[in-house]
Amino acid sequence: MISIETHNLTVSYNKRPVLWNIDFELPTGSIVGIIGPNGSGKTTLLKAIMGLVPTSSGYVKIFDKDLADVRQRISYVPQRESVDWDFPASVMDIVLMGRYKKANLMKRISKADLEIAAEALEKVNMLEFSNRQISQLSGGQQQRVFIARSLAQGADLYIMDEPFVGVDAATEEAILNLLSDMKKEGKTVVVVHHDLQTAKDYFDWIVLLNTRMVAAGPKDEIFKEELLQEAYGGKLNVLSKVGDLMKEKAFNVREK
Amino acid sequence: MNSTFQFISFSDPNVLFVVLGTMILGASAAIVGCFSFLRKRALVGDAIAHSILPGVCLAFMVSGSKNPFYLIIGAFITGWLSLLLIDGITRTTKIKSDTAIGIILSVFFGVGILLLTSIQHSGNAAQAGLDKFLFGKAASLTKDDIYVFSSIAIVLVIVVVLFYKEFKLISFNPDYAKVIGLPVRFLEFLLATITVLAVAVGIQAVGVVLMAALLITPASGARFWTDKLSTMILIATLFGAASGFLGSYISYIAPAMPTGPWIVMCLSLLTIGSIWFAPKTGMLSKFRVQKENNRKILIENVLKLFYHLGERTNGFKDERSTTALLETRDLRIKELQRGLNLLKQSHWVRKKGENWVITESGLTEAKRIIKLHRLWEMYLNQRLKLQPDHVHNDAEAIEHIITPQLEIELEKELNYPTKDPHESIIPYNE
Ligand SMILES: Nc1ncnc2c1ncn2[C@@H]1O[C@H](COP(=O)(O)OP(=O)(O)OP(=O)(O)O)[C@@H](O)[C@H]1O
Ligand SMILES: [Mg+2]
Repeated sequence: MISIETHNLTVSYNKRPVLWNIDFELPTGSIVGIIGPNGSGKTTLLKAIMGLVPTSSGYVKIFDKDLADVRQRISYVPQRESVDWDFPASVMDIVLMGRYKKANLMKRISKADLEIAAEALEKVNMLEFSNRQISQLSGGQQQRVFIARSLAQGADLYIMDEPFVGVDAATEEAILNLLSDMKKEGKTVVVVHHDLQTAKDYFDWIVLLNTRMVAAGPKDEIFKEELLQEAYGGKLNVLSKVGDLMKEKAFNVREK
Repeated sequence: MNSTFQFISFSDPNVLFVVLGTMILGASAAIVGCFSFLRKRALVGDAIAHSILPGVCLAFMVSGSKNPFYLIIGAFITGWLSLLLIDGITRTTKIKSDTAIGIILSVFFGVGILLLTSIQHSGNAAQAGLDKFLFGKAASLTKDDIYVFSSIAIVLVIVVVLFYKEFKLISFNPDYAKVIGLPVRFLEFLLATITVLAVAVGIQAVGVVLMAALLITPASGARFWTDKLSTMILIATLFGAASGFLGSYISYIAPAMPTGPWIVMCLSLLTIGSIWFAPKTGMLSKFRVQKENNRKILIENVLKLFYHLGERTNGFKDERSTTALLETRDLRIKELQRGLNLLKQSHWVRKKGENWVITESGLTEAKRIIKLHRLWEMYLNQRLKLQPDHVHNDAEAIEHIITPQLEIELEKELNYPTKDPHESIIPYNE
């Protein structure tokens, strides 16, 4: 079964495409790495998949459906730096956010929600920090809080942006164990990662990205010298020049 | 004091209206201001406040009356429009939000001033007092105003209570809220609506220029007192209401004083007070911790003097003169005296004539500190591979902060050494 399908996806900021014609299908029940150098569009791809940035052309299907129909089944672990950790909230407050949904708008958090949140915290080994103010956490602990929030949501597809950045070896190990547990339960995990060295050990399936899609497939097929060379060997000159032009001339990717 | 009594007893109903009115306004602005503050939209309040002026003028031109209900509708419409435009500009162009706020603020305010001037020259007698919107008219609030304000305040509180958890989420992590399918646009619309409402009423107390302060200052002060959002909102509300009360009191006993600016003044004082006095995060408690540390360091250092001398002369309990004590360490005589007096209070030393003697419990404490110092030197030497002549200064500081628990770990890890890197004996208490 297919978890995420992108079809000819192009995404632009101010008319300049930062992702060109991304086209892949990811299997369910696997751990997928999205790999590429800085600025290659990894975060943008995740945001496009979750509908956080508008797409210029192409479409995304999740579990063969439109995003709007499967939102509840998708969970997002944003890049840790994307929020202000000085916010007045405790660890528990944040994890409980995983239980918010459209259906319980205006309702109070239930006892069952509290139990589920505590369970999620236990899984990431952070239960003892439940009442800690979030600004008093280390980077690795913040990351685990975000993962717990996502676990509390109980989704089928988990999308994580750079969960391994700035965490120590023990936390890394703990996150990896968690990922493999999730896989055993048939969940799909898509992880953005920029370190080639470790990618091979972490993931079953890999998407190599550098503003265009260089390759996507099972990891053994992807870890070939030429492909890696292509992904990390720099931008395509003509492609980025065309992108500049499109921005300059306010040109759309599609003739509308 | 007579006037204070008159004020408190509300014998003059107008006083009651002013006090109630400013308290409600201050509290309403503080509640929504908490979210503006957390979403880092402090300047947006300023933009709304300025954009409200043309709306008020237009409402007057259309209705021909100064009924607060009509004016607030006008204020609400242009206030909202300004928000939409700021949002549109930042989304579709490369202009950053602070610039967009600046543009919208000045354009709307400019139009407002134009309209106001033309109304004032129109010869319509009913217009008198409309310009109070610029600087506030707290001192002349009426019964009608109170009805309008309190209904708005009630609506506002109901909305915040109902959508509290969602507002919390979109203030912390709006992207996540979108992904899990919350109606983020609707929630933002709601939050913006109550902000515009709070500004539209708040402006009547403090005027356009000071409105942003009424919105943001309570939140920023309240943040110092708590790490819990609900508590923070509560404290901010209290600050807002208290400033309303104090501001109207001050302008009552000193009638030359304008109410609005005094409300903002009181708010600022409350915030500055919070910076100083808040537990843990406040400056004062930081000073106190610092002072406590210095005190601890001083008395422990003085205790060590007794120990070092005792080691030299082989008599820990011998009497020491202050001059003898000063010989072993570079310490000012005043400091030494202060340390000795503090030690005396804890019965760790006692005075004998002009001299000083360490007590049994003082000696135990001195041994503990010397032990920590020497253990730490050992640790630096063995684990960090520092030369013996490099470890002393570090240990001077660290000896004061090692907890009993760490002490046990340290002993164990070093396997209970008997001598430090300089071959001095490490004393253990039995
Ligand atoms: N909001 C934005 N407006 C304009 N350009 C943007 C915006 N966000 C990202 N970009 C540009 O899009 C490109 C891709 O950015 P993206 O954040 O997706 O890269 P990334 O692969 O996640 O990089 P990193 O490894 O640094 O996180 C970059 O060139 C970046 O400058
Ligand atoms: Mg990124």
